[in-house]
Amino acid sequence: MKDLVGIKELSKGDIELILNTASSFKDILKRDIKKVPALRGKTVVNLFFEPSTRTKTSFELAEKRMSTDVLNFSVPTSSVVKGESLFDTVKTIEAYGVDFIVIRHSSSGVPHFIARNVNASVINAGDGINEHPTQALLDAFSIIEKKGSLSGLKVAIVGDILHSRVAKSDIFLLSKFGANIRLIGPPTLIPDIADRNVEVFYEMDNGLEDADVIMMLRIQIERQGRGFFPSTLEYFRNWGLDMRRLKLARKDAIVMHPGPMNRGIEISSDVADSSQSIILEQVTNGLAVRMAVMYLLSGRNEDA
Amino acid sequence: MHSDILIKNGHIIDPSQDIDVVGDILIENGKIIELRVKSSESGVKDNSKLKTQNSKLKIIDATGLSVLPGLVDMHVHLREPGFDYKETIKTGTMAAVKGGITSVCCMPNTNPVNDNETVTEFILRKTYAEGACYVYPVGAITKGQKGEELAEMGMMKDAGCVAFSDDGRPVMSSLIMRRALEYSKAFNVPVISHCEDMNLSEGGVVNEGRLSAQMGLKGIPSASEDVMVARDIILAELTGGRLHIAHVSTEGSVRLIRQAKERGVNVTAETCPHYFTITEDSVKGYNTNAKVNPPLRTQKDVEAIIKGLKDGTIDAIATDHAPHHRDEKLQEFDKAPSGISGFETALSLSLRLVYEGILTMSQLVEKMALVPARILGIDAGTLKVGFDADIAIVDMNKEFKVESEKFLSKGKNTPFEGWTLKGMPVITICKGKVYDWRIDE
Repeated sequence: MKDLVGIKELSKGDIELILNTASSFKDILKRDIKKVPALRGKTVVNLFFEPSTRTKTSFELAEKRMSTDVLNFSVPTSSVVKGESLFDTVKTIEAYGVDFIVIRHSSSGVPHFIARNVNASVINAGDGINEHPTQALLDAFSIIEKKGSLSGLKVAIVGDILHSRVAKSDIFLLSKFGANIRLIGPPTLIPDIADRNVEVFYEMDNGLEDADVIMMLRIQIERQGRGFFPSTLEYFRNWGLDMRRLKLARKDAIVMHPGPMNRGIEISSDVADSSQSIILEQVTNGLAVRMAVMYLLSGRNEDA
Repeated sequence: MHSDILIKNGHIIDPSQDIDVVGDILIENGKIIELRVKSSESGVKDNSKLKTQNSKLKIIDATGLSVLPGLVDMHVHLREPGFDYKETIKTGTMAAVKGGITSVCCMPNTNPVNDNETVTEFILRKTYAEGACYVYPVGAITKGQKGEELAEMGMMKDAGCVAFSDDGRPVMSSLIMRRALEYSKAFNVPVISHCEDMNLSEGGVVNEGRLSAQMGLKGIPSASEDVMVARDIILAELTGGRLHIAHVSTEGSVRLIRQAKERGVNVTAETCPHYFTITEDSVKGYNTNAKVNPPLRTQKDVEAIIKGLKDGTIDAIATDHAPHHRDEKLQEFDKAPSGISGFETALSLSLRLVYEGILTMSQLVEKMALVPARILGIDAGTLKVGFDADIAIVDMNKEFKVESEKFLSKGKNTPFEGWTLKGMPVITICKGKVYDWRIDE
């Protein structure tokens, strides 16, 4: 495997390998000295065409833990503002001799476009409303840590599915492993993703019943007033997760959120900070998963 | 300048005269002066009138080939003036001729927009100097294609425009569209509508549906076309204007047009080869060469369009030839411009309908030559004696591989790259010139 452009493109076996490898890296992250020489001499460029704090930080730290040389390329300081085409930007970066390109872009399919045109390994850090595969991998890793496996779990994904690349990747991944997925949200924000493992609920209370996992999505406040929903107040009343609703799920249900959270809009503070919330563990697991992805794409596991 | 030409022994297909039989055609000074069909297997006995003694006579042996009127493509983009890097009148018309097309209607979305007689005159002057085939400009419905004020249709018609359209963008105001359909009646010209509700299609880049959701691309629902087709049919009914629906891509449009025709509304419609040949699946892998507007739809739409062609709901096949520069297609899917370079594959793709028994050869020629010429009111699409000798000679059995690098068009943007197609023009005759495409091989 050269690139990680999306969960769609991965087999079950690929995903299992990444998750198992991530598990070894998580052990390393618990040590006193967290850095390994696994990718010494390799160069990574973080190519972020969209503002991002957490994903970029997570990738950068994972890259440093793996001893790679890290280059950060962000839009406001680049020649993109001078009108350079994406193709030329990427070819220029490739000419530096980089081994990995971590790409975030507001247009869906950009990682695929780049992967077709460069020899470096491309890692999708979020493309448009398409996919965010490392987030889905870290979500799966986090669920398995708590629940043992994915198969047969009732997973509720709540919120703006339409515009969420996280939700798309999660759906593709969970579906491959036989989880029962429930999409919950207003009809304007749920796309046509028919799959035998997917059920749609417009009414949140019904959708949460007996759920093992509740994945909340960030609501983009800009969507209000664009006809997707009338107000954040009405949104929270219908699709926000509060303590009353949390009780509808199984007692041992876990609550997840990819961050950054809008407290009081999609999730209440007491839920976010409750013992059932694993939101901060997701962040830690993100490092291990990203380290594993780079390691596997480098092919160094095969040299050994 | 013109040499005299005798096309011998070809299978002549000319629906304007109900001819579908082997025969000969004699051309003098660029005009057809005699057409003679073989009444029996013994062939033409009396050749006296075919002046074979003429020493300057060029004889084309068309044995085993089909001889059709040159095709009339009522929807093309030649990009000149303003976008010469995509295509010019010179390269575009050569590519058309390569595709057996001898008359084209160029859409007004150039820079400047063809919304006044000066631009129309420029296009015609350029065509006179450099055009390989006939170019019939389509003028803009509204000034600057802004959808706000009517353009000078009468003056543009006098300058040579044969129809009016804001193609590329719809006339969103129902009132302006009503006025256009009303006003155009004074000049008996069709108003060609690019049917798209821009509020519904906003930001969309592919067909809306399961695939767009899966690929994370913003979709354009079929409804964005259907509601405008419905609106324009209702306005045509209100005004009695001549409405022509461009590039039909949806099942809903076909149904609406069929119903309107049954009611006797003055409406005609065209579709393009890509809408009856491929589906949205062609964009998989974020293939920008399959990005087109309206977008490629689903198998259900393809089947409805084929049915519409068969039952006459859809009158014409046009290419919507929309060449773009390679660099423009080598971009983010969202950013890449919409369009397919269609001249050099249109006839071969359309012939598939004949091989599959959906249309007869004569019906295909009607849709690609005779009917568009009638809708536009131009003297083309026929092999009648006295008309210009615009002729496509087609080898129905020749197979070839689509290689965009070999296109004469500057636009190499095709979703059919690498396809093997059967049937292609081998000789095109236009403006008295004979283009023998077999010579290159």
